[in-house]
Amino acid sequence: MFSLSKNGRARNGWVNFTVLACTGVIPLLLYVAGQTFYLDLATRMVCLAIAAISLNLILGYGGMVSFGHAVFIGIGAYAVGIPAYHATYGEFDLIASYNGFLHILLAVAFSSLFALVTGAISLRTKGIYFIMITMAFGQMIYFFFVSLETYGGDDGLTIDARSEFPAVKLDNAIVMFLVCYVIMLLVIFAMYKIVNSRFGMVLQGAKDNEERMRAMGFNTFKYRLTAYVIAGALCGLSGALLGNFTTFISPEMIDWTRSGELIFMVLLGGGGTLAGPLVGAAIFVVLEEVLSSFTIYWHLPFGIMLILAVLFARKGLLSLFLKEDGDD
Amino acid sequence: MTEPALEICNLVKHFGGVTASDDISLSIMANEIHAIIGPNGAGKTTLVSQLFGSLAPDGGKVRFKGKDITSLPTYKRSALGLARSFQITSLIMSMSVLDNVALAVQAHEGHSFKFWKPARKVETLRLRATEILQQIDLVERADSKVSALSHGERRQVEIAVALAGEPSLLLLDEPMAGMGAIESAQMVEILKQMKGEKTIVLIEHDMDAVFALADRISVLVYGRIIATGSPDEIRQNEDVRRAYLGEA
Ligand SMILES: Nc1ncnc2c1ncn2[C@@H]1O[C@H](COP(=O)(O)OP(=O)(O)OP(=O)(O)O)[C@@H](O)[C@H]1O
Ligand SMILES: [Mg+2]
Repeated sequence: MFSLSKNGRARNGWVNFTVLACTGVIPLLLYVAGQTFYLDLATRMVCLAIAAISLNLILGYGGMVSFGHAVFIGIGAYAVGIPAYHATYGEFDLIASYNGFLHILLAVAFSSLFALVTGAISLRTKGIYFIMITMAFGQMIYFFFVSLETYGGDDGLTIDARSEFPAVKLDNAIVMFLVCYVIMLLVIFAMYKIVNSRFGMVLQGAKDNEERMRAMGFNTFKYRLTAYVIAGALCGLSGALLGNFTTFISPEMIDWTRSGELIFMVLLGGGGTLAGPLVGAAIFVVLEEVLSSFTIYWHLPFGIMLILAVLFARKGLLSLFLKEDGDD
Repeated sequence: MTEPALEICNLVKHFGGVTASDDISLSIMANEIHAIIGPNGAGKTTLVSQLFGSLAPDGGKVRFKGKDITSLPTYKRSALGLARSFQITSLIMSMSVLDNVALAVQAHEGHSFKFWKPARKVETLRLRATEILQQIDLVERADSKVSALSHGERRQVEIAVALAGEPSLLLLDEPMAGMGAIESAQMVEILKQMKGEKTIVLIEHDMDAVFALADRISVLVYGRIIATGSPDEIRQNEDVRRAYLGEA
Protein backbone atom coordinates (compact mmCIF):
# COMPACT_ATOMS: atom_id res chain seq x y z
CA MET A 1 0.00 0.00 0.00
CA PHE A 2 2.76 2.41 -0.66
CA SER A 3 2.82 4.35 -3.81
CA LEU A 4 -0.52 3.15 -5.01
CA SER A 5 -2.23 4.60 -8.03
CA LYS A 6 -5.46 6.51 -7.53
CA ASN A 7 -7.39 3.49 -8.83
CA GLY A 8 -5.74 1.12 -6.40
CA ARG A 9 -6.42 3.43 -3.51
CA ALA A 10 -10.07 3.81 -4.47
CA ARG A 11 -10.43 0.06 -4.75
CA ASN A 12 -8.88 -0.57 -1.35
CA GLY A 13 -11.16 2.10 0.08
CA TRP A 14 -14.15 0.17 -1.29
CA VAL A 15 -12.90 -3.14 0.12
CA ASN A 16 -12.49 -1.62 3.57
CA PHE A 17 -15.84 0.12 3.35
CA THR A 18 -17.57 -3.12 2.36
CA VAL A 19 -16.05 -4.97 5.30
CA LEU A 20 -17.09 -2.23 7.73
CA ALA A 21 -20.59 -1.93 6.29
CA CYS A 22 -21.22 -5.70 6.36
CA THR A 23 -20.04 -6.12 9.93
CA GLY A 24 -22.18 -3.19 11.00
CA VAL A 25 -25.38 -3.68 9.01
CA ILE A 26 -25.86 -7.46 8.85
CA PRO A 27 -26.10 -8.01 12.64
CA LEU A 28 -28.61 -5.15 12.94
CA LEU A 29 -30.75 -6.55 10.09
CA LEU A 30 -30.73 -9.99 11.67
CA TYR A 31 -31.71 -8.45 14.96
CA VAL A 32 -34.64 -6.65 13.37
CA ALA A 33 -35.61 -9.95 11.74
CA GLY A 34 -35.85 -11.51 15.18
CA GLN A 35 -32.44 -13.26 15.22
CA THR A 36 -31.29 -11.47 18.37
CA PHE A 37 -28.54 -13.94 19.09
CA TYR A 38 -26.41 -12.74 16.19
CA LEU A 39 -26.19 -9.26 17.61
CA ASP A 40 -24.44 -10.66 20.69
CA LEU A 41 -22.06 -12.52 18.45
CA ALA A 42 -21.39 -9.32 16.53
CA THR A 43 -20.72 -7.31 19.70
CA ARG A 44 -18.19 -9.90 20.77
CA MET A 45 -16.66 -9.78 17.31
CA VAL A 46 -16.32 -5.99 17.45
CA CYS A 47 -14.70 -6.04 20.92
CA LEU A 48 -12.21 -8.68 19.79
CA ALA A 49 -11.65 -6.75 16.57
CA ILE A 50 -10.56 -3.66 18.53
CA ALA A 51 -8.09 -5.83 20.43
CA ALA A 52 -6.83 -7.38 17.18
CA ILE A 53 -6.55 -3.97 15.49
CA SER A 54 -4.43 -2.75 18.39
CA LEU A 55 -2.23 -5.84 18.11
CA ASN A 56 -1.97 -5.20 14.38
CA LEU A 57 -0.19 -1.91 15.06
CA ILE A 58 2.73 -3.68 16.69
CA LEU A 59 2.49 -7.05 14.93
CA GLY A 60 1.35 -6.17 11.42
CA TYR A 61 2.92 -2.74 11.03
CA GLY A 62 5.72 -3.01 13.56
CA GLY A 63 6.79 -6.66 13.26
CA MET A 64 6.68 -7.26 17.01
CA VAL A 65 5.16 -10.67 17.73
CA SER A 66 3.65 -10.15 21.16
CA PHE A 67 2.28 -13.33 22.68
CA GLY A 68 0.90 -11.53 25.69
CA HIS A 69 -1.47 -9.02 24.18
CA ALA A 70 -4.59 -10.45 25.84
CA VAL A 71 -3.21 -9.21 29.15
CA PHE A 72 -4.48 -5.76 28.20
CA ILE A 73 -7.99 -7.11 27.63
CA GLY A 74 -7.84 -8.44 31.18
CA ILE A 75 -6.54 -5.18 32.64
CA GLY A 76 -9.31 -3.29 30.85
CA ALA A 77 -12.00 -5.70 32.00
CA TYR A 78 -10.87 -5.65 35.63
CA ALA A 79 -10.75 -1.85 35.44
CA VAL A 80 -14.51 -2.08 35.00
CA GLY A 81 -15.16 -5.01 37.33
CA ILE A 82 -13.21 -3.92 40.39
CA PRO A 83 -14.65 -0.37 40.75
CA ALA A 84 -18.16 -1.75 40.06
CA TYR A 85 -17.62 -4.47 42.67
CA HIS A 86 -16.67 -1.93 45.34
CA ALA A 87 -19.53 0.37 44.38
CA THR A 88 -21.85 -2.55 45.12
CA TYR A 89 -20.17 -4.14 48.14
CA GLY A 90 -18.34 -1.21 49.74
CA GLU A 91 -14.66 -0.61 50.64
CA PHE A 92 -12.08 1.13 48.45
CA ASP A 93 -14.16 4.27 48.22
CA LEU A 94 -11.45 5.93 46.17
CA ILE A 95 -12.21 3.88 43.08
CA ALA A 96 -15.65 2.49 43.96
CA SER A 97 -17.82 3.76 41.13
CA TYR A 98 -20.14 2.83 38.27
CA ASN A 99 -18.95 5.83 36.29
CA GLY A 100 -18.06 4.65 32.80
CA PHE A 101 -15.61 7.46 32.15
CA LEU A 102 -13.67 6.50 35.26
CA HIS A 103 -13.64 2.86 34.12
CA ILE A 104 -12.27 3.76 30.71
CA LEU A 105 -9.74 6.11 32.24
CA LEU A 106 -8.52 3.37 34.57
CA ALA A 107 -8.48 0.79 31.76
CA VAL A 108 -6.41 2.99 29.47
CA ALA A 109 -4.13 4.32 32.21
CA PHE A 110 -3.23 0.93 33.68
CA SER A 111 -2.85 -0.67 30.26
CA SER A 112 -0.52 2.11 29.11
CA LEU A 113 1.51 1.92 32.27
CA PHE A 114 1.82 -1.85 32.07
CA ALA A 115 2.77 -1.58 28.38
CA LEU A 116 5.37 1.07 29.16
CA VAL A 117 7.08 -0.95 31.87
CA THR A 118 6.93 -4.39 30.24
CA GLY A 119 7.58 -2.96 26.78
CA ALA A 120 10.73 -1.20 27.96
CA ILE A 121 12.04 -4.60 29.08
CA SER A 122 10.65 -6.84 26.31
CA LEU A 123 11.74 -4.61 23.45
CA ARG A 124 15.38 -5.09 24.44
CA THR A 125 15.00 -8.61 23.04
CA LYS A 126 14.29 -9.87 19.55
CA GLY A 127 12.59 -12.79 17.85
CA ILE A 128 11.73 -15.81 19.92
CA TYR A 129 12.92 -14.10 23.12
CA PHE A 130 10.46 -11.29 22.60
CA ILE A 131 7.65 -13.81 22.09
CA MET A 132 8.59 -15.63 25.28
CA ILE A 133 9.06 -12.60 27.47
CA THR A 134 5.74 -11.03 26.43
CA MET A 135 4.06 -14.35 27.13
CA ALA A 136 5.75 -14.50 30.54
CA PHE A 137 4.52 -11.02 31.49
CA GLY A 138 1.03 -12.04 30.44
CA GLN A 139 1.08 -15.18 32.57
CA MET A 140 2.38 -13.14 35.49
CA ILE A 141 -0.74 -10.98 35.43
CA TYR A 142 -2.86 -14.09 34.86
CA PHE A 143 -1.61 -15.55 38.15
CA PHE A 144 -1.87 -12.17 39.82
CA PHE A 145 -5.62 -12.05 39.13
CA VAL A 146 -5.98 -15.74 40.08
CA SER A 147 -4.53 -14.84 43.47
CA LEU A 148 -7.04 -12.01 44.08
CA GLU A 149 -9.58 -13.95 46.18
CA THR A 150 -11.71 -10.84 46.75
CA TYR A 151 -12.49 -10.72 43.06
CA GLY A 152 -13.23 -14.41 42.73
CA GLY A 153 -9.73 -15.73 42.04
CA ASP A 154 -9.79 -18.09 39.08
CA ASP A 155 -13.58 -18.42 39.31
CA GLY A 156 -13.85 -14.87 38.05
CA LEU A 157 -16.18 -12.08 38.94
CA THR A 158 -19.69 -11.24 37.83
CA ILE A 159 -20.19 -7.54 37.11
CA ASP A 160 -23.49 -6.61 38.71
CA ALA A 161 -23.97 -3.31 36.95
CA ARG A 162 -22.54 -2.08 33.66
CA SER A 163 -20.58 1.16 33.30
CA GLU A 164 -22.84 4.18 33.46
CA PHE A 165 -22.74 6.94 30.88
CA PRO A 166 -25.03 9.93 30.60
CA ALA A 167 -27.86 9.13 28.16
CA VAL A 168 -26.22 5.90 26.95
CA LYS A 169 -27.57 2.71 28.52
CA LEU A 170 -25.30 -0.25 27.82
CA ASP A 171 -27.94 -2.67 29.11
CA ASN A 172 -29.71 -2.29 25.79
CA ALA A 173 -28.16 -4.82 23.36
CA ILE A 174 -28.40 -2.52 20.36
CA VAL A 175 -26.85 0.38 22.23
CA MET A 176 -24.07 -1.90 23.45
CA PHE A 177 -23.36 -3.03 19.92
CA LEU A 178 -23.47 0.47 18.47
CA VAL A 179 -21.16 1.89 21.12
CA CYS A 180 -18.58 -0.81 20.47
CA TYR A 181 -18.99 -0.48 16.74
CA VAL A 182 -18.55 3.29 16.71
CA ILE A 183 -15.50 3.02 18.95
CA MET A 184 -14.08 0.46 16.55
CA LEU A 185 -14.62 2.84 13.63
CA LEU A 186 -12.80 5.57 15.53
CA VAL A 187 -9.95 3.21 16.34
CA ILE A 188 -9.65 2.17 12.69
CA PHE A 189 -9.60 5.81 11.64
CA ALA A 190 -6.90 6.56 14.20
CA MET A 191 -4.89 3.59 12.87
CA TYR A 192 -5.25 4.92 9.35
CA LYS A 193 -3.83 8.26 10.44
CA ILE A 194 -1.07 6.74 12.57
CA VAL A 195 0.30 4.26 10.06
CA ASN A 196 0.53 6.92 7.36
CA SER A 197 2.07 9.53 9.64
CA ARG A 198 5.77 10.16 10.13
CA PHE A 199 5.59 7.95 13.20
CA GLY A 200 3.94 5.18 11.18
CA MET A 201 6.63 5.35 8.51
CA VAL A 202 9.34 4.92 11.13
CA LEU A 203 7.49 1.97 12.66
CA GLN A 204 7.11 0.23 9.31
CA GLY A 205 10.65 1.04 8.27
CA ALA A 206 11.95 -0.54 11.46
CA LYS A 207 9.93 -3.68 10.78
CA ASP A 208 11.51 -3.99 7.37
CA ASN A 209 15.11 -3.06 8.18
CA GLU A 210 15.96 -1.91 11.68
CA GLU A 211 19.68 -1.52 11.07
CA ARG A 212 19.07 0.84 8.18
CA MET A 213 16.62 2.88 10.24
CA ARG A 214 19.17 3.27 13.01
CA ALA A 215 21.81 4.18 10.45
CA MET A 216 19.47 6.89 9.13
CA GLY A 217 19.38 8.30 12.64
CA PHE A 218 16.24 6.86 14.23
CA ASN A 219 16.26 5.59 17.78
CA THR A 220 14.03 2.68 16.80
CA PHE A 221 13.58 1.49 20.37
CA LYS A 222 11.73 4.66 21.39
CA TYR A 223 9.37 4.49 18.43
CA ARG A 224 8.64 0.83 19.00
CA LEU A 225 7.99 1.40 22.68
CA THR A 226 5.57 4.19 21.84
CA ALA A 227 3.71 1.89 19.44
CA TYR A 228 3.64 -0.77 22.14
CA VAL A 229 2.05 1.66 24.61
CA ILE A 230 -0.55 2.85 22.07
CA ALA A 231 -1.44 -0.77 21.27
CA GLY A 232 -1.70 -1.61 24.97
CA ALA A 233 -3.93 1.38 25.69
CA LEU A 234 -6.32 0.58 22.83
CA CYS A 235 -6.46 -3.07 23.81
CA GLY A 236 -7.25 -2.01 27.39
CA LEU A 237 -10.17 -0.05 25.98
CA SER A 238 -11.41 -3.16 24.17
CA GLY A 239 -11.17 -5.06 27.47
CA ALA A 240 -13.36 -2.48 29.21
CA LEU A 241 -15.94 -2.93 26.45
CA LEU A 242 -15.72 -6.72 26.55
CA GLY A 243 -16.14 -6.74 30.34
CA ASN A 244 -19.25 -4.61 29.98
CA PHE A 245 -20.59 -6.85 27.29
CA THR A 246 -20.10 -10.20 29.02
CA THR A 247 -20.64 -8.80 32.56
CA PHE A 248 -18.33 -11.54 33.67
CA ILE A 249 -14.58 -11.30 33.96
CA SER A 250 -11.98 -13.88 34.88
CA PRO A 251 -8.24 -14.47 34.59
CA GLU A 252 -9.07 -16.81 31.74
CA MET A 253 -9.42 -13.72 29.49
CA ILE A 254 -5.67 -13.17 29.90
CA ASP A 255 -4.42 -16.69 29.30
CA TRP A 256 -1.74 -17.01 26.63
CA THR A 257 -4.12 -18.99 24.43
CA ARG A 258 -6.26 -15.83 24.23
CA SER A 259 -3.19 -13.94 23.04
CA GLY A 260 -2.66 -16.67 20.47
CA GLU A 261 -6.22 -16.18 19.23
CA LEU A 262 -5.58 -12.47 18.72
CA ILE A 263 -2.49 -13.30 16.65
CA PHE A 264 -4.65 -15.72 14.66
CA MET A 265 -7.17 -12.96 13.91
CA VAL A 266 -4.49 -10.54 12.74
CA LEU A 267 -2.62 -13.00 10.55
CA LEU A 268 -5.70 -14.68 9.08
CA GLY A 269 -7.46 -11.42 8.26
CA GLY A 270 -4.34 -9.61 7.13
CA GLY A 271 -1.53 -8.13 9.20
CA GLY A 272 -0.60 -4.62 8.13
CA THR A 273 -4.01 -3.91 6.60
CA LEU A 274 -6.64 -1.65 8.12
CA ALA A 275 -9.68 -3.93 8.09
CA GLY A 276 -7.82 -7.26 8.14
CA PRO A 277 -8.04 -7.79 11.92
CA LEU A 278 -11.79 -7.18 11.77
CA VAL A 279 -12.14 -9.85 9.08
CA GLY A 280 -10.03 -12.16 11.26
CA ALA A 281 -12.18 -11.46 14.31
CA ALA A 282 -15.36 -12.13 12.31
CA ILE A 283 -14.07 -15.47 11.09
CA PHE A 284 -12.89 -16.29 14.58
CA VAL A 285 -16.19 -15.72 16.40
CA VAL A 286 -18.19 -17.54 13.73
CA LEU A 287 -15.87 -20.54 13.71
CA GLU A 288 -15.74 -20.61 17.48
CA GLU A 289 -19.53 -20.60 17.62
CA VAL A 290 -20.06 -23.21 14.91
CA LEU A 291 -17.19 -25.54 15.68
CA SER A 292 -17.43 -25.57 19.45
CA SER A 293 -20.92 -27.05 19.15
CA PHE A 294 -19.49 -30.01 17.20
CA THR A 295 -16.24 -30.77 18.91
CA ILE A 296 -14.18 -29.80 21.91
CA TYR A 297 -11.13 -29.80 19.64
CA TRP A 298 -12.38 -26.70 17.89
CA HIS A 299 -8.96 -25.06 17.93
CA LEU A 300 -7.62 -27.63 15.47
CA PRO A 301 -9.43 -26.25 12.40
CA PHE A 302 -8.07 -22.82 13.34
CA GLY A 303 -4.56 -24.11 13.06
CA ILE A 304 -5.29 -25.67 9.69
CA MET A 305 -6.90 -22.49 8.42
CA LEU A 306 -3.99 -20.41 9.53
CA ILE A 307 -1.56 -22.70 7.71
CA LEU A 308 -3.67 -22.55 4.55
CA ALA A 309 -3.94 -18.79 4.81
CA VAL A 310 -0.20 -18.44 5.25
CA LEU A 311 0.40 -20.70 2.25
CA PHE A 312 -2.14 -19.21 -0.14
CA ALA A 313 -2.67 -15.67 1.07
CA ARG A 314 0.57 -14.77 2.71
CA LYS A 315 -0.70 -11.38 3.76
CA GLY A 316 -4.05 -12.64 5.03
CA LEU A 317 -7.45 -13.17 3.49
CA LEU A 318 -8.21 -9.49 2.98
CA SER A 319 -5.13 -9.09 0.79
CA LEU A 320 -6.82 -11.29 -1.81
CA PHE A 321 -9.07 -8.32 -2.48
CA LEU A 322 -6.69 -5.45 -1.87
CA LYS A 323 -4.57 -3.92 -4.57
CA GLU A 324 -0.83 -3.86 -3.98
CA ASP A 325 1.84 -1.75 -5.54
CA GLY A 326 2.00 -2.75 -9.21
CA ASP A 327 5.78 -3.13 -9.25
CA ASP A 328 5.75 -6.20 -7.04
CA MET B 1 42.52 20.00 4.99
CA THR B 2 44.25 21.03 8.13
CA GLU B 3 42.45 19.49 11.07
CA PRO B 4 41.30 15.88 11.34
CA ALA B 5 37.54 15.23 11.04
CA LEU B 6 37.91 11.73 12.30
CA GLU B 7 40.65 10.32 14.51
CA ILE B 8 41.04 6.61 14.87
CA CYS B 9 43.33 5.63 17.75
CA ASN B 10 44.65 2.11 18.30
CA LEU B 11 41.45 0.39 17.19
CA VAL B 12 41.39 -3.36 17.87
CA LYS B 13 38.73 -5.90 16.93
CA HIS B 14 38.92 -9.69 17.16
CA PHE B 15 36.51 -12.29 15.83
CA GLY B 16 37.52 -15.46 17.62
CA GLY B 17 41.04 -16.10 16.29
CA VAL B 18 40.79 -13.51 13.51
CA THR B 19 42.16 -10.05 14.18
CA ALA B 20 40.01 -7.91 11.91
CA SER B 21 41.38 -4.60 13.20
CA ASP B 22 44.95 -4.79 14.40
CA ASP B 23 45.85 -1.59 16.24
CA ILE B 24 44.56 0.80 13.57
CA SER B 25 45.49 4.45 13.98
CA LEU B 26 44.52 6.91 11.28
CA SER B 27 43.47 10.53 10.94
CA ILE B 28 40.92 11.45 8.29
CA MET B 29 41.29 15.13 7.41
CA ALA B 30 38.30 17.41 7.03
CA ASN B 31 36.98 17.49 3.45
CA GLU B 32 39.38 14.94 2.06
CA ILE B 33 38.42 11.83 0.18
CA HIS B 34 40.31 9.12 1.95
CA ALA B 35 40.23 5.77 0.21
CA ILE B 36 40.84 2.56 2.09
CA ILE B 37 41.87 -0.31 -0.12
CA GLY B 38 42.88 -3.84 0.65
CA PRO B 39 42.23 -7.46 -0.34
CA ASN B 40 39.06 -9.36 0.52
CA GLY B 41 38.75 -10.06 4.21
CA ALA B 42 41.29 -7.37 5.14
CA GLY B 43 38.86 -5.83 7.63
CA LYS B 44 37.57 -2.83 5.69
CA THR B 45 33.91 -3.37 6.45
CA THR B 46 34.75 -4.17 10.06
CA LEU B 47 36.55 -0.83 10.30
CA VAL B 48 33.59 1.10 8.83
CA SER B 49 31.20 -0.67 11.19
CA GLN B 50 33.25 0.41 14.16
CA LEU B 51 33.50 3.99 12.92
CA PHE B 52 29.74 4.05 12.53
CA GLY B 53 28.96 2.27 15.78
CA SER B 54 27.33 -0.85 14.35
CA LEU B 55 30.19 -2.84 15.91
CA ALA B 56 31.85 -2.14 19.23
CA PRO B 57 35.65 -2.23 19.12
CA ASP B 58 37.56 -4.41 21.61
CA GLY B 59 39.99 -1.58 22.21
CA GLY B 60 40.92 1.90 21.05
CA LYS B 61 39.07 5.13 20.44
CA VAL B 62 37.23 6.99 17.71
CA ARG B 63 36.98 10.79 17.80
CA PHE B 64 34.77 12.84 15.51
CA LYS B 65 35.50 16.58 15.38
CA GLY B 66 37.41 16.18 18.61
CA LYS B 67 34.55 14.44 20.43
CA ASP B 68 34.97 10.87 21.69
CA ILE B 69 32.24 8.84 19.98
CA THR B 70 33.63 5.36 20.67
CA SER B 71 30.57 4.17 22.57
CA LEU B 72 27.89 6.28 20.89
CA PRO B 73 25.01 4.32 19.27
CA THR B 74 24.65 4.62 15.48
CA TYR B 75 21.56 6.81 15.52
CA LYS B 76 23.38 9.42 17.60
CA ARG B 77 26.38 9.37 15.27
CA SER B 78 23.99 9.96 12.43
CA ALA B 79 22.65 13.01 14.23
CA LEU B 80 26.22 14.33 14.58
CA GLY B 81 26.64 14.22 10.82
CA LEU B 82 27.99 10.77 10.02
CA ALA B 83 26.38 8.67 7.32
CA ARG B 84 27.10 5.23 6.00
CA SER B 85 26.33 3.29 2.87
CA PHE B 86 26.40 -0.47 3.15
CA GLN B 87 28.46 -2.86 1.05
CA ILE B 88 25.45 -5.15 0.94
CA THR B 89 22.53 -2.94 -0.01
CA SER B 90 20.46 -2.17 3.04
CA LEU B 91 17.22 -0.36 2.27
CA ILE B 92 13.56 -0.44 3.21
CA MET B 93 12.60 -2.93 0.53
CA SER B 94 8.85 -2.67 0.96
CA MET B 95 8.82 1.08 0.34
CA SER B 96 9.31 3.22 -2.73
CA VAL B 97 12.60 4.91 -3.62
CA LEU B 98 11.19 8.30 -2.68
CA ASP B 99 9.89 6.93 0.64
CA ASN B 100 13.36 5.62 1.48
CA VAL B 101 15.07 8.92 0.82
CA ALA B 102 12.28 10.91 2.47
CA LEU B 103 12.63 8.75 5.60
CA ALA B 104 16.31 9.56 5.72
CA VAL B 105 15.48 13.27 5.38
CA GLN B 106 12.82 12.90 8.07
CA ALA B 107 15.39 11.41 10.46
CA HIS B 108 17.18 14.76 10.47
CA GLU B 109 14.12 17.02 10.61
CA GLY B 110 13.42 16.83 14.33
CA HIS B 111 11.66 13.97 16.09
CA SER B 112 9.10 11.77 14.37
CA PHE B 113 6.56 11.53 17.16
CA LYS B 114 4.04 13.01 14.77
CA PHE B 115 1.02 10.81 14.54
CA TRP B 116 -1.57 12.50 12.39
CA LYS B 117 -0.41 14.30 9.25
CA PRO B 118 0.34 11.93 6.36
CA ALA B 119 4.12 11.68 5.98
CA ARG B 120 3.85 11.53 2.21
CA LYS B 121 2.17 14.91 2.18
CA VAL B 122 4.93 16.71 4.08
CA GLU B 123 6.31 18.97 1.37
CA THR B 124 9.68 19.69 2.95
CA LEU B 125 10.49 15.97 3.13
CA ARG B 126 9.28 15.11 -0.36
CA LEU B 127 10.95 18.11 -2.02
CA ARG B 128 14.31 17.54 -0.39
CA ALA B 129 14.14 13.84 -1.22
CA THR B 130 13.30 14.63 -4.83
CA GLU B 131 16.26 17.03 -5.02
CA ILE B 132 18.61 14.29 -3.89
CA LEU B 133 17.18 11.87 -6.43
CA GLN B 134 17.76 14.50 -9.12
CA GLN B 135 21.35 14.83 -7.97
CA ILE B 136 21.96 11.12 -8.54
CA ASP B 137 19.76 11.04 -11.63
CA LEU B 138 17.17 8.60 -10.32
CA VAL B 139 14.12 10.78 -10.26
CA GLU B 140 12.19 8.75 -12.79
CA ARG B 141 12.34 5.76 -10.45
CA ALA B 142 11.05 7.73 -7.45
CA ASP B 143 7.75 5.88 -7.17
CA SER B 144 9.09 2.38 -7.78
CA LYS B 145 9.36 0.00 -4.91
CA VAL B 146 12.97 -0.68 -4.00
CA SER B 147 12.37 -4.41 -4.38
CA ALA B 148 11.61 -3.78 -8.06
CA LEU B 149 14.90 -1.98 -8.81
CA SER B 150 17.96 -3.38 -10.52
CA HIS B 151 21.05 -4.01 -8.44
CA GLY B 152 22.79 -0.91 -9.79
CA GLU B 153 19.78 1.29 -9.06
CA ARG B 154 19.63 0.01 -5.51
CA ARG B 155 23.27 0.96 -5.06
CA GLN B 156 22.38 4.47 -6.17
CA VAL B 157 19.50 4.65 -3.69
CA GLU B 158 21.93 3.51 -1.03
CA ILE B 159 24.00 6.64 -1.74
CA ALA B 160 20.92 8.86 -1.90
CA VAL B 161 19.85 7.67 1.55
CA ALA B 162 23.33 8.35 2.92
CA LEU B 163 23.29 11.87 1.45
CA ALA B 164 19.80 12.71 2.66
CA GLY B 165 20.84 13.68 6.17
CA GLU B 166 23.35 16.20 4.77
CA PRO B 167 26.21 14.50 6.59
CA SER B 168 29.62 16.11 6.91
CA LEU B 169 31.30 12.69 6.89
CA LEU B 170 30.38 9.86 4.56
CA LEU B 171 31.49 6.28 5.08
CA LEU B 172 31.04 4.54 1.76
CA ASP B 173 31.57 0.80 1.73
CA GLU B 174 32.18 -0.24 -1.87
CA PRO B 175 29.54 2.02 -3.40
CA MET B 176 30.29 0.75 -6.91
CA ALA B 177 30.24 -2.95 -6.07
CA GLY B 178 28.28 -4.78 -8.75
CA MET B 179 27.61 -1.69 -10.82
CA GLY B 180 27.94 -1.58 -14.58
CA ALA B 181 30.56 0.62 -16.24
CA ILE B 182 28.13 3.44 -16.97
CA GLU B 183 26.69 3.47 -13.46
CA SER B 184 30.20 3.37 -11.99
CA ALA B 185 31.29 6.34 -14.05
CA GLN B 186 28.17 8.18 -12.95
CA MET B 187 28.93 7.42 -9.32
CA VAL B 188 32.49 8.72 -9.74
CA GLU B 189 31.01 11.96 -11.09
CA ILE B 190 28.64 12.24 -8.13
CA LEU B 191 31.47 11.75 -5.65
CA LYS B 192 33.68 14.19 -7.55
CA GLN B 193 31.06 16.89 -7.07
CA MET B 194 31.37 16.44 -3.33
CA LYS B 195 35.14 16.66 -3.37
CA GLY B 196 36.32 19.41 -1.05
CA GLU B 197 32.89 19.81 0.53
CA LYS B 198 32.47 16.61 2.47
CA THR B 199 34.79 14.26 4.24
CA ILE B 200 34.54 10.88 2.58
CA VAL B 201 35.97 7.56 3.65
CA LEU B 202 35.79 5.50 0.50
CA ILE B 203 36.24 1.77 0.47
CA GLU B 204 36.52 0.54 -3.08
CA HIS B 205 38.02 -2.26 -5.13
CA ASP B 206 37.73 -0.34 -8.39
CA MET B 207 41.26 1.10 -8.61
CA ASP B 208 40.47 3.47 -11.46
CA ALA B 209 37.78 5.06 -9.32
CA VAL B 210 40.05 5.17 -6.28
CA PHE B 211 42.92 6.84 -8.10
CA ALA B 212 40.52 9.25 -9.79
CA LEU B 213 38.92 10.38 -6.56
CA ALA B 214 41.16 9.94 -3.55
CA ASP B 215 43.22 12.69 -1.96
CA ARG B 216 44.92 10.08 0.18
CA ILE B 217 44.85 6.31 0.29
CA SER B 218 45.41 3.87 3.12
CA VAL B 219 46.13 0.24 2.50
CA LEU B 220 44.70 -2.31 4.88
CA VAL B 221 46.02 -5.86 4.95
CA TYR B 222 45.11 -8.43 7.60
CA GLY B 223 43.64 -5.73 9.81
CA ARG B 224 46.76 -3.55 9.65
CA ILE B 225 47.36 -0.27 7.86
CA ILE B 226 50.55 -0.95 5.94
CA ALA B 227 50.72 2.41 4.19
CA THR B 228 49.04 5.79 3.96
CA GLY B 229 49.82 8.43 1.41
CA SER B 230 48.89 10.30 -1.75
CA PRO B 231 47.83 8.21 -4.78
CA ASP B 232 51.30 8.59 -6.28
CA GLU B 233 53.06 7.53 -3.10
CA ILE B 234 50.81 4.49 -2.82
CA ARG B 235 51.40 3.55 -6.45
CA GLN B 236 55.11 3.57 -5.89
CA ASN B 237 55.15 1.92 -2.47
CA GLU B 238 57.01 -1.42 -2.64
CA ASP B 239 55.11 -3.06 0.22
CA VAL B 240 51.79 -2.13 -1.30
CA ARG B 241 52.79 -3.48 -4.69
CA ARG B 242 53.79 -6.77 -3.16
CA ALA B 243 50.84 -7.10 -0.80
CA TYR B 244 48.05 -5.78 -2.88
CA LEU B 245 48.52 -4.18 -6.25
CA GLY B 246 50.21 -7.38 -7.41
CA GLU B 247 52.94 -5.52 -9.30
CA ALA B 248 50.34 -3.82 -11.45
N1 LIG C 1 30.58 -10.82 12.38
C1 LIG C 1 31.72 -11.50 12.15
N2 LIG C 1 31.97 -12.64 12.83
C2 LIG C 1 33.10 -13.32 12.63
N3 LIG C 1 34.05 -12.96 11.76
C3 LIG C 1 33.87 -11.84 11.03
C4 LIG C 1 32.68 -11.06 11.20
N4 LIG C 1 32.75 -10.00 10.36
C5 LIG C 1 33.91 -10.13 9.71
N5 LIG C 1 34.60 -11.22 10.11
C6 LIG C 1 35.93 -11.62 9.64
O1 LIG C 1 36.78 -10.51 9.78
C7 LIG C 1 37.62 -10.39 8.67
C8 LIG C 1 37.43 -9.04 8.03
O2 LIG C 1 36.16 -9.00 7.39
P1 LIG C 1 35.61 -7.73 6.64
O3 LIG C 1 34.24 -8.03 6.20
O4 LIG C 1 35.79 -6.55 7.50
O5 LIG C 1 36.57 -7.65 5.40
P2 LIG C 1 36.54 -6.68 4.14
O6 LIG C 1 37.87 -6.07 4.04
O7 LIG C 1 35.38 -5.79 4.21
O8 LIG C 1 36.35 -7.71 2.95
P3 LIG C 1 35.61 -7.55 1.54
O9 LIG C 1 36.55 -6.86 0.61
O10 LIG C 1 35.36 -8.96 1.10
O11 LIG C 1 34.36 -6.80 1.79
C9 LIG C 1 37.31 -11.57 7.76
O12 LIG C 1 38.24 -12.59 8.04
C10 LIG C 1 35.93 -11.98 8.16
O13 LIG C 1 35.75 -13.35 7.95
MG1 LIG D 1 33.68 -5.47 3.14
